Amino acid sequence: MTAPSSELDSHLAVDRGPDTLLTEVVSKSPMRLAVARFRKDKLSMVSLVVVVLFFLLAISAPILVAADLIDPLKNDTDLLDEYGLPLGSFGGISGDHWLGVEPGGGRDALARLWYGTTFSLSIAIAATIIAMFIGVVAGIVSGAAGGWVDAIIGRAIDLTLAFPQTLMLLALSAVGLAFVEEILGVPRGNPAAAVYVVGVLGLFGWTAVARIVRGQVLSLREREFVQASQMIGASRFRIYFREILPNLWAPILVTFTLMMPAFVSAEAALSFLGVGISAPTPTLGNILTDALRYADSAFLYFFFPALLIAIIVVSFNLLGDGLRDALDPKGHR
Amino acid sequence: MAESDQTVTEGTAAEEVPTVDEVLSQAHAASELDPDAPAVLTVSNLRMYFPVRSTGIIRRKVGDIQAVDGISLALPKGGSVGLVGESGCGKSTAGRAITRLYQPTAGSIEFEGRDLATISNRELKPLRREVQMIFQDPYSSLNPRHTVGSIVAAPLRIHNVVPKNQTLKRVQELLEVVGLNPEHYNRYPNEFSGGQRQRIGIARALALQPKVIVADEPVSALDVSIQAQVINLLQDLQREFDIAFLFIAHDLAVVRHFCPEIAVMYLGKIVEIGDRDSIYNNAHHPYTQALLSAVPDVKQAITGGRRERIQLTGDVPSPIDPPSGCRFRTRCPIAQEICSRHEPPLLQIGRRHKVACHFPGRLGEHPHAPLTAGLLGVDAEGRPDPGASPSSDLVEQPGYADTWFDLDKKSIGRA
Ligand SMILES: Nc1ncnc2c1ncn2[C@@H]1O[C@H](COP(=O)(O)OP(=O)(O)O)[C@@H](O)[C@H]1O
Ligand code: SF4
Ligand SMILES: [Mg+2]
Repeated sequence: MTAPSSELDSHLAVDRGPDTLLTEVVSKSPMRLAVARFRKDKLSMVSLVVVVLFFLLAISAPILVAADLIDPLKNDTDLLDEYGLPLGSFGGISGDHWLGVEPGGGRDALARLWYGTTFSLSIAIAATIIAMFIGVVAGIVSGAAGGWVDAIIGRAIDLTLAFPQTLMLLALSAVGLAFVEEILGVPRGNPAAAVYVVGVLGLFGWTAVARIVRGQVLSLREREFVQASQMIGASRFRIYFREILPNLWAPILVTFTLMMPAFVSAEAALSFLGVGISAPTPTLGNILTDALRYADSAFLYFFFPALLIAIIVVSFNLLGDGLRDALDPKGHR
Repeated sequence: MAESDQTVTEGTAAEEVPTVDEVLSQAHAASELDPDAPAVLTVSNLRMYFPVRSTGIIRRKVGDIQAVDGISLALPKGGSVGLVGESGCGKSTAGRAITRLYQPTAGSIEFEGRDLATISNRELKPLRREVQMIFQDPYSSLNPRHTVGSIVAAPLRIHNVVPKNQTLKRVQELLEVVGLNPEHYNRYPNEFSGGQRQRIGIARALALQPKVIVADEPVSALDVSIQAQVINLLQDLQREFDIAFLFIAHDLAVVRHFCPEIAVMYLGKIVEIGDRDSIYNNAHHPYTQALLSAVPDVKQAITGGRRERIQLTGDVPSPIDPPSGCRFRTRCPIAQEICSRHEPPLLQIGRRHKVACHFPGRLGEHPHAPLTAGLLGVDAEGRPDPGASPSSDLVEQPGYADTWFDLDKKSIGRA
């Protein structure tokens, strides 16, 4: 007591007005600490750079296509031999075709991969957003409301998980596509297929998010600010989405980065099973599926999309792990 | 306000750490009881049980956590009542049931002719303006993602208290009232210290200009010097805005200055309630006496010069399966057979003093025979006494009656 307590100091500092206190305290804020932790982790930083690079690639492809700088659709049989395989060594790699040409059609492999990245990431992002939206809303309501609401959402999660997804997806693809085309009015063909794939991935992918969010909400619910907002007469909606939701951005961000790569590979798997966007429009999935046929005759044509998918999956996962470690140093999951 | 707080702290700069009470006494006169003040909030027989459910798919109810088990008290207009007890006694639960954060299991909470205990959620919303709460933990009671301005503005917005374009002005006024810099409205809670955060919570509670504030251990999380500042602030606000406080605390030192009336709670029940003098100088319940012996400056008076502390061994028992009879008997130094058989009624033993014990008395002067045996119609061991008939008016009532049980005559009579 003789020495003024730190409390009193801070009172005085604030009352004097200048930002002496502010600068000192802000450096301690959880956000700053998380950023500092993240920056220290080399692997996370590298994965962040790679992920940003992929987004730049995905955004630039349509621009380059529009500007006619790359053309993923132009066939050129002059580049192929009589078996439809690329002329020249290494899958037809040349100054004009940096990654070689596509067997069968003679289209530029780089252009197709580049443009395909755009489609694959778009599908993954769209599906992730849908899954996150459903999962976050379901998780918040489930965790915050409790009782029978929680029980019903819990059963819905169990049911979704128990659903033989892949099987149903194939069996129902005709019905599903018809639904997308006729009821939602999406043009037949690739647009409808894209919507179907996004819808299916999103509608089946939300359960993990819902569980994570619910767990977080259960602990947030015990924080007194939730009671405080009840106390001032806040509506349920306000409590869920104005009080609780802003405290969930860390797990949401982490889940988002971890879900994206899962959906990139899921798109590839669905492509292989014959569901989804089909050539000539490229996706990493349908390029890889097509390339499987040439795995031994045109190895590089198969190798590049496989490598690209692997890099996407690994870098997004590393980024997600890094974010989680930085945001939640105790690692309680 | 901030300046006066500093003087308080500086004025107490001494070698030895003073108690909150000592710090407070130097700043303000203690709040005095107004015996004629009408009750603004009357709690009768309030119960709050939490169901205990079995694990598994069909979650059947297997028991109750009897967190609050029939408490009655009257909160005088503009006055303050302290609610004191160890951690786990059900104080917060009582506060939350009174403010309708919980739906009470039974009992009534009368406020301006309405019963808050049974009112619907729709009717409750306007009443939120009248009854507010200050929370215990300044670190968890403010949303870390909202600015101070939006935290204090939230009640104003929800209840449309002021026109939209005047919200900021009102927020700044409120910050000033609680002694914070009004220009700091766009900062986040983590930029403030514990005491300042608690002031933000107070500003939020004040925003609706309530008549009643339940303060759930508002200073327990703060340093002693800051405790005094916050209590001073509450006292100033109480006088300025005529707010009635139910002040919850886990020790008797904190409430002494602020609360002219104090209720001591143990395991869901009020065991002793009375005005300041009755509790601090004339406690009759062994539990109150034990709590008092932990208050440094009261220790000497109550223990008659013996400075040692009355140790309470063990923890508060589980409210799922509370001890039979008197709930304090497992830890009571003077418990006898009757204590396990019968629950002691909360008897009025003075003008403003009630106690629930079979052997009520000042420390070291507890009677040898149970004073309540006659009232309960039992013998000294608590077995049914065929010759006696139980007294009919042992039902707990909020407030105080004009007649009370005279400890010397062992009968109910007028003073
Ligand atoms: N929401 C709840 N559900 C179940 N039990 C509870 C709940 N809230 C409190 N309790 C129990 O009720 C008892 C009293 O708790 P509380 O009112 O917090 O005590 P205090 O505030 O006096 O420390 C404790 O045993 C606690 O475990
Ligand atoms: S009733 Fe018995 S056990 Fe309870 S406080 Fe009094 S003496 Fe102790
Ligand atoms: Mg408590």
